[in-house]
Amino acid sequence: MPVLARVIEAAGIPTVTITMMPELAEKYRSSRVLGVEFPFGHTFGVVGDAAMQGQTLRAGLDLLATATEPETRVDLDTVWPGDPKQAYKDWQPSEPSPIVKHSIEAIRKARREAADRDS
Amino acid sequence: MGDVMTVDSYAFLPRAFRPMYEAAPQFEHEPMWAEFGMPLAEARIGLLSSAGMFLSGEQEPFDVERERQEPTWGDPTLRIIPNDVTQAQIDATHLHINTADLLTDLNVALPIDRLNEFADEGIIGSASPEHFSVMGFQQEGAEVWRTTTGPEIAARCHLLDIDALILAPA
Repeated sequence: MPVLARVIEAAGIPTVTITMMPELAEKYRSSRVLGVEFPFGHTFGVVGDAAMQGQTLRAGLDLLATATEPETRVDLDTVWPGDPKQAYKDWQPSEPSPIVKHSIEAIRKARREAADRDS
Repeated sequence: MGDVMTVDSYAFLPRAFRPMYEAAPQFEHEPMWAEFGMPLAEARIGLLSSAGMFLSGEQEPFDVERERQEPTWGDPTLRIIPNDVTQAQIDATHLHINTADLLTDLNVALPIDRLNEFADEGIIGSASPEHFSVMGFQQEGAEVWRTTTGPEIAARCHLLDIDALILAPA
């Protein structure tokens, strides 16, 4: 997404990136970043909670209106309600994504090869 | 809004991935900035989500079958979501997140209802008649985002007189 933010901003459209990973957005030098400590897939908040979703969107709009220089970051001080361990489990897909499976297989292969060399 | 709390960028990320992201270099060396020089109450605002949403029965799903065959590739194409979309029209394909909640309430990822409420209240000038949806896992596909999808979104923003875009990585 930071790639898109830069292309769109370069075309003259101001952007605000609302993200669970503000450090990553900063590595791309995104223009305006609102950090949220929410589970992935839930950038604006809890399902059915219009007040929380509105608060998050409003914070992004306020950042748009008030930021005066590039790489402005604000973090939202809203704490995700409920058990964070359950939220951590709930946001994840039912099976590991292809790249995760691929990475795990690559790590295992490297370990096997290292063990074979040592034996 | 407050800036007392510092968001932990890795709070919900699997622990194994944290070192990779923390060690990542600075990807860009120049800042990028388009001025937002107008009152919010006069601005037309658009939304962009990377949660893999599309219009059920009207648009092609994002191509997750190819991603299963080519794990470093993600479908880099664009779907347009109209501002008057209903929840029943929304479907999603995304192999990296559980989409159950956004299929119940799209506002968790693309807050169109909240944006329209803000337009009604006069907080913003208007909601864009169209919003944008992409699928957020990009590695091999990122170059297509840079050369094709991004310019396509920007051109559409100009065509629709969108004054600013809120981006929501999923």
